[in-house]
Formats: sequence, structure tokens, C-alpha cells
Amino acid sequence: MSEVPVIDTEHLQKVYSAGGTPLVALADVTLRVQKGEFVAVVGASGSGKSTFMNLIGLLDRPTSGVLRLDGVDVARLTPNQRAVVRNRKIGFVFQGFNLLRRTSALENVELPLLYAGVPARVRTDAAKQALTQVGLGERMGHMPNELSGGQQQRVAIARALVNQPALLLADEPTGNLDSTTTREILTLFVDLNVNHGITVVMVTHELDVAAVSRRVVQFKDGHLVMDGPPPPEWTPAVPAPWHVAKTSEVA
Amino acid sequence: MNAFTLLRLALRVISRNKARAMLTVLGIVIGVGAVIAMVALGAGAQQNIAKQIASLGSNLIILIPGTTNVAGVRGGGGSSTTVDVDDIDALRREVKSITHLAPANRQQVQIVAGDANWSTNLLGTTPAFYVVRDWRTDTGTEHSELDEASHNKVCVLGRTVATQLFGTDDPIDQWVRIKKVPFRVIGVLSSKGQSPMGTDQDDTVLIPFSVYRQRMAGTQRDQIQAAYAAAVDANSSQAALDEMTAVLRQRHHLRESADDDFSLRNLADIAAASREVADSMTLLLGSIAGVSLLVGGIGIMNTMLVSVTERTREIGIRLAVGAKSSDILVQFLVEAVVLSAIGGAIGVFFGWGAAQLLSDATGWVTIFDPAVAALAFAVSGAVGVFFGFWPARRAAQLDPIDALRYE
Repeated sequence: MSEVPVIDTEHLQKVYSAGGTPLVALADVTLRVQKGEFVAVVGASGSGKSTFMNLIGLLDRPTSGVLRLDGVDVARLTPNQRAVVRNRKIGFVFQGFNLLRRTSALENVELPLLYAGVPARVRTDAAKQALTQVGLGERMGHMPNELSGGQQQRVAIARALVNQPALLLADEPTGNLDSTTTREILTLFVDLNVNHGITVVMVTHELDVAAVSRRVVQFKDGHLVMDGPPPPEWTPAVPAPWHVAKTSEVA
Repeated sequence: MNAFTLLRLALRVISRNKARAMLTVLGIVIGVGAVIAMVALGAGAQQNIAKQIASLGSNLIILIPGTTNVAGVRGGGGSSTTVDVDDIDALRREVKSITHLAPANRQQVQIVAGDANWSTNLLGTTPAFYVVRDWRTDTGTEHSELDEASHNKVCVLGRTVATQLFGTDDPIDQWVRIKKVPFRVIGVLSSKGQSPMGTDQDDTVLIPFSVYRQRMAGTQRDQIQAAYAAAVDANSSQAALDEMTAVLRQRHHLRESADDDFSLRNLADIAAASREVADSMTLLLGSIAGVSLLVGGIGIMNTMLVSVTERTREIGIRLAVGAKSSDILVQFLVEAVVLSAIGGAIGVFFGWGAAQLLSDATGWVTIFDPAVAALAFAVSGAVGVFFGFWPARRAAQLDPIDALRYE
């Protein structure tokens, strides 16, 4: 593929040496994610999937190896440069939503633009647009505690999208949600991926959630042990266009 | 983020926990308030002193004979006979830079009017005294050169003496007796209040100097206890002092090496000394108040540290969406400065109020100086920067992952 991969790692390694014995959290991971992919990252707790997320989210720095985001080598950047990359290229969605308390949905969504130095008027317009995109156009002035879990996660997704990042990084985005809301959020992810071409990388431990994706990456003891389409025995929580295609192929 | 956004954010965070914010800024409020009240009080005292010194008369020079030294036993100031009436005449004649010169001899006497009597300070002086000391009569007149020349037994009462002897009655043309000599009252002085030394300046009786010499001075009739001179203007006060010194030294045949056997003071010296006292009082009170400003700053630091810990997760979120550590530093620093500036503003208001209350309750003059208020306000802002920096730096140095995980 001629296009620059959104994520490109070579022999990525992370070793924690606190407490004497070095702990290898991530060992020699080489992985490429192309633009427009929908990837699920699975693995037991302690498998290294969270470490992987923190590294590609530039919240942590690798011990060794190469890490390119959208073609930019980001492994050796200064903290300020990493803040700029986080701001421009990555949109985070967390399990616990991580919205600012007592701050309206609109202002939460504006936050990344604030740090990007975007003027107030442009900021508000972009935030309104992002909220409308996730179906919360009517609740922009609400505080997080006035919103349901699903709605809070939608605000978080709008915040992740508002800067038009190259990559949407979701860490257990449905972990705190009931099954109905989980399906809503997953449907939103699929829509964003299919209709807006947004690259999604989603960490989860639920198989039906992972099965929604087009590609599953599995970690175990810090190693990449599986990389391919979701196994057919996993039942997707919501349908996606590629499932239909698969079904028709079988037929 | 621009300044306006930062300010709005800081105000919003502070308004979320008003009770804590108020308690936090209390130290700053007290500090700034106390500084302003104390300086207002000091400035008031300063003005009071200036006024009282002005009440002594303008361009005033005071002449007091030197000390006696009889066989090694030294008397106090004014105890010698070194200045006599001839010296006064010579000074009047020869010193051109003084306009008036009034000898002033006093003694404590019992003054009697009808069946009332009062112990007071009898002052024998010439009409020049009224000019030099800027004393005026309320009712009646001052005594004149004619009274001096004709040895008229007339007197001018101080306000206190008039009240003590005559109550609310008009004392003019009434008779009083001093040392069995009858005097006709021709005037009552306007009230002068306390002297800078705290004595009642209204508790006095003035009679012509000629009469004093003749009837009151006994054997010491040529001796001068004190004299007051007025310089032509404030600028020539030093020149007048020098000329008077030269004349007296020559008349007393003092050698080049000998000390003066008299002392001459001008009002500027006295004023300067008093001002210095008031200044050091202001400085002392101000620095005590400044200490509470320091304590207030520590209070702000404490609250900011707690706030940083409480908001660790918020800091993590901000870092995750792209805040630089400098953004976090500035955010918390602005918060600390806004907090202490609020305290400063309230403190200015309270300081002003306290100064008003103090002058209402005690009658002391206080002067509220906007420049001092502005300075105290600026200092409170600086306190915010100084004590807010450490907490803000701690916030800025948080690791994004740790901050996001913080529960």
C-alpha cells in the first residue's frame, strides 16, 4: 500500500525497571495499522494491551523500537512535542469517559481546540458540529452528571473527533456501559469508520465487542499472538458492513 | 489559551468552592487590610504632627539660655542667666532676618477671680508673641505696645483658665488677681488644644512683659527664660539662626573654641524629629501587618496543593487531549494569583473600612492613600505568584498516565 500507515511500530518494547527486577510489559511488537482500519486489541489483563495503547497514544515512551504515527517518528519527541501530537493526531476515548466535571458537554468537546489555540468562535462551531455528529446536538449545555453513561461516552467521542485526528484510540469504551448502550456506542464507531473513514483502534476484553471490528490483534505476556479477522465463532454485538460481506461470501 | 479564557476558568474553579476560597484568602485579606489601616493611621499621625507643629507658629525659632555650671554642678536647660533683656534688645536691633522677637518668662501662679481660683501658667511676654506663635484672641483683644509702655495691668486668658474662673460668663472687663495684683481681663485666646508634648496650651494667662518684670519676676527681672523669634520666611530660618548665634556669642564674649551658652532651635529640626518618630511607628506597624500577608500566602500555597491533588484526574485529562505542561503551570498559577488578588481587593476595602472605624472610634486622624492601596493590591498579586508557583509546578510535572489513573 502506497499510503502512509497510521500506526507503524517496529520491535516496539517497553520494560519497567522499577523495584529491581525488570518487567517486560511489551516485547518486540511490530504492527501496522492503515488508514480507515477498525482494529480491536484483545488480551487478558497484564497481557500488554494497555501498555501498547499508552505507547501509541503517546502517554508513555517506549524503551526501544520504532514508533511512527501518521508517518512521524514519535518515539524520541520531547514532552511538549508529544503533547502537540496527542492534540493533533490522536483522539482518546476512555472506559471512565474522563470528562471534566461541572463543565458543559460543549466546553468538554472544545477542550482539545483550546490547547490547539483555535479562536473561540471556530472552537464553538467545531464542537457543536462534533456533538451533532454523535447525536447529542440537543444536549450541548448539559453537565456530565446530567447525562447518562452512553451520552457521556458520546461527549467523549465528540471530544476525540473534534480535532479531526488521524486515529481514534478507545480504551475499553463500553466497559462501563450496559448492553443496549454498548450497542449504540459500537454502532457509532462503525458509522464513524465506514462513513467518515476514521481509523479506530479499540481495546476490549469482551469478545462480542471485539467481533464488531474488521481486524483483531491479541496480546499475551507482552507478545503479539494473533493478528487477523475476528474468529467466526465470536458473535458481533452489532452488525457492520463487512459482516454482511462475509455472510454473503459464505452463502 | 488567552488571558481572558484563563481568567474565566480560574474564576469558575474558585466560585465552585466559595467557602474554601474565602477561608483561603482570609490571611491575605487581613494582611492587606492591616497594612492599609496601619499606613492610613501613620499618615494621619504624620499630618497631626505637622499640624501641631504649624500651631506653634510659622518660621518659629526658639531661644533658651544655656545650662549653668556652678562648681561642677550643672543646672538643666534654661537654668542659667546667660540671656538677659539686653541680649533681646540687641537681637531685635541687629538681626535683620527676623521679623519679631518675643521674650517669654513664665511661672506657676494662683489666679483668683471673685471666689474662684485656679493654678495656672503665667506668661509675661510682648505683643510680638501673638504674631510669632500665631495665637489669636476669640473675644476681646491682645495686649498692645501701649500696654507694655504704660505698664498696664491687663491680661489675656487662655480658654481653660477663662472657663475655670468664669464658667460660661463673659470674662471681658472682669478683674482677676495674680499675686495680689489686680488685672483687667481684655481678651480670651482661641483654643489651641494640646501641644506636641501633650500639655494643655489653653491653660495659661498672658500679661505684658513690662508688668511681669516689675511685679512678678522678683530679683530675676533682667533674666530671660525663653524667647520666640519669627524668621522672615521659612527659607531664611537657618540664616536667622546663624545671625542670632553670632550676635549672642559676641555679646557673651565667647572664644572660638567655647560652646554656646544658649541654645537656638528652629521648627524644621523639631518637625523632622517628630516625623522620624511617626515614620518608624508606621514602618513598625506596617511590617507586623506584612507578616500576616506572608502567612496568607502560605495559606494560598496550602489550598493550591490540595487543589492540585484533588484535580489530578482533571490534569490527566487535559494532558491527554494535548495540554502542554506549561499550559497546566499557567492555569494553576493564574488560579493562585486570582485567588490572592481577590483577597487583596477585599483587604483594600476592609483596610479602608478599618481606618474609618478607627478614626470614628478614637478620633485619630487616618489618611487613606490610593497609592498605598494599589501597592498593597499589587503585593497581594505577587504573593499569589510566589506561593502559587510551587503547587502549579507540581501540577505541571504530573505524568499523564499516573494522573489519568488517579482515583
